[in-house]
Amino acid sequence: MALLQIAEPGMSAAPHQHRLAVGIDLGTTNSLVATVRSGMSVVLHDETGRALLPSVVRYHADGSTDVGYSAQALQSNDPHNTIVSVKRFMGRGLRDLNDVGSMPYQFVDAPGMVQLKTVAGIKSPVEVSSEILKVLRDRAEKSLGGELVGAVITVPAYFDDAQRQATKDAARLAGLNVLRLLNEPTAAAVAYGLDNAAEGVYAVYDLGGGTFDISILRLSKGVFEVLATNGDSALGGDDFDHRVYCWILEQAKLSAMKPQDARLLLTRAREAKEDLTTRAEVRINAVLGTGEIVDLTLTAEIFTNITASLVSKTLTPTKKALRDANLEPEDVKGVVMVGGATRMPQIQHAVGQFFRQEPLNNLDPDRVVALGAAIQANVLAGNRSDDDWLLLDVIPLSLGLETMGGLVEKVIPRNSTIPVARAQEFTTYKDGQTAMSIHVLQGERELVSDCRSLAKFELRGIPPMVAGAARIRVTFQVDADGLLSVSAQEKSNGVEASIVVKPSYGLSDDEIAQMLRTSQENAKTDMASRALREQQVEAGRLIEAIEAALSENGDSLLSVAERTEIDEGMAALRLAIKDQGHQQIKAQIEKLNHISEAFAARRMDQSVKKAMTGHKLEEWEA
Amino acid sequence: MAVTLTEKAANHVKSYIEKRGKGVGLRLGVRTSGCSGMAYTLEFADELNEGDNQFESHGVKVLVDAKSLAYLEGTELDYVREGLSEGFKFNNPNVKSACGCGESFGV
Repeated sequence: MALLQIAEPGMSAAPHQHRLAVGIDLGTTNSLVATVRSGMSVVLHDETGRALLPSVVRYHADGSTDVGYSAQALQSNDPHNTIVSVKRFMGRGLRDLNDVGSMPYQFVDAPGMVQLKTVAGIKSPVEVSSEILKVLRDRAEKSLGGELVGAVITVPAYFDDAQRQATKDAARLAGLNVLRLLNEPTAAAVAYGLDNAAEGVYAVYDLGGGTFDISILRLSKGVFEVLATNGDSALGGDDFDHRVYCWILEQAKLSAMKPQDARLLLTRAREAKEDLTTRAEVRINAVLGTGEIVDLTLTAEIFTNITASLVSKTLTPTKKALRDANLEPEDVKGVVMVGGATRMPQIQHAVGQFFRQEPLNNLDPDRVVALGAAIQANVLAGNRSDDDWLLLDVIPLSLGLETMGGLVEKVIPRNSTIPVARAQEFTTYKDGQTAMSIHVLQGERELVSDCRSLAKFELRGIPPMVAGAARIRVTFQVDADGLLSVSAQEKSNGVEASIVVKPSYGLSDDEIAQMLRTSQENAKTDMASRALREQQVEAGRLIEAIEAALSENGDSLLSVAERTEIDEGMAALRLAIKDQGHQQIKAQIEKLNHISEAFAARRMDQSVKKAMTGHKLEEWEA
Repeated sequence: MAVTLTEKAANHVKSYIEKRGKGVGLRLGVRTSGCSGMAYTLEFADELNEGDNQFESHGVKVLVDAKSLAYLEGTELDYVREGLSEGFKFNNPNVKSACGCGESFGV
């Protein structure tokens, strides 16, 4: 029998119509699923009461899989077929991965996303992730006693289109309806109820098992805007274990060791680290395979000293993120701690000192992202009455398209709240142009070469017209998950072309941060190069128009002297285009315009005459 | 006769209301729907309505409207765990038939 939960006043569901929704934290090391029960966000446990599901999938020859602790336990016995940290491969091509050599997998380079060769065949990261999601979905349906209407799945704030799309595909493959993808720092902020709090800037400090992320968010009018992200993709709680492990080796004067002994000591090191969260000192005992005995006492003070450099390593990206956001530590209204490693007192202390305030840490840092996702899922599933409570996300980088001269026209600026749709009209550059190439770009810079190309497509069948007469409406649409579709339509005959952007490979967080940084650093030069390109395009257009006019009736309307003057003006402009600044080009354009004024007027007269020939005056007055 | 909560149920309700930050108590009711004719409703109560019957059980105020009370008289609300699932369960002496899912019933 289905058990009941308490609903908000007036929101009781009809029988069999429970809108069961969950939040899923699909993590690099561990994953969790949470839901809102009787108004309270809770993490769902497995049969043995464990909340975390290690993000580890082991494939067997018969195609069956082990997921979680059972797969993790046998990781070292069957490394080729036991996939850990698959999140790092999501939406990434082989050449995006820089540490392929150090991993035990057989990678297969496939268009779009790297794949992994296992005994059960070639698996894509999407398939591997979907195995993890299937286990969480199954757990949720057993716990909630019914089918889920949907899930909110969290992704890092720096995940690009390809990585988000891959996450969504994995969910679909696992039979989950994705209500929304939510940025992890945003989810953590929601779990702390910051979305209902006063407006302001918040920092989310996320130190997980193997990765560190810092995000600076601004909350205004219920919208979380990601101001900056930074981090270190190779820094996490595991490094602290390793420092303790090295300390043990040094103190006990141990050298070369068998793998089993090394594993044992690493486990002891991790236990010691965890115990030091609540105690001032711990004893480390171990008997090695060689018969050697380790018996050491590790104090909190020593632990703090040997890991001080790791702690300060997290503060460097934190400073960078603040700088990118143009903020000082004092501007931050609250700091949210995420990730099990933030339990360590020295981390709490260092972060508190840096931001000059106590970080928010009263929720379990391992669960806070899943808890926030569940709250959002509950709202999206329609279980809350106050409909003004809808959290919005923003796009991390501007989206635009290429215009003449290799310039980027931004259609949707960065930090626009999603979902969003924007349309802009473009026109043809040449007379009789019947096709237009649409090049979709992502980034903050002014020149195409400095932005990232997302997609290219062509609109064909534009009716031949004079340059500038065609009206082509290009619409950019970003859905609630941050995925982009672009369509172009010619207004007079309605021909249309469109594309859904699934970029073939992604950008790393470093690259995004880099792109944002360079856009700020290069703002001035970018502006100058934009101005130059614009004048060059304008000049090219003018020359083209005059040439067309000259070949049509230059001989009949111009004297030799006039003709020479125009030709000289064009030659001067051509020279200016090649090697002069935008001011000089502009001056030459004005000069040429002036020179050709009389010619243009005569052409106008002639075409009017032509049009009126054979007509009576009354016809025109009617 | 009254409508009561078990101590376990009351403790859960109390912590939920505390977490929610508002609410005067718990509202139990029935409405006509579902495969066996009637279905339970279980909601937080933010205010008293006219004609509400009030019961106090282990420190929790339980509200039941007059129409629903006819079907709920003597009901005890329990909080149970069944496998991975946990939640509230109506032990209602008036029920003659229940649908397999337990969400709807007849009297």
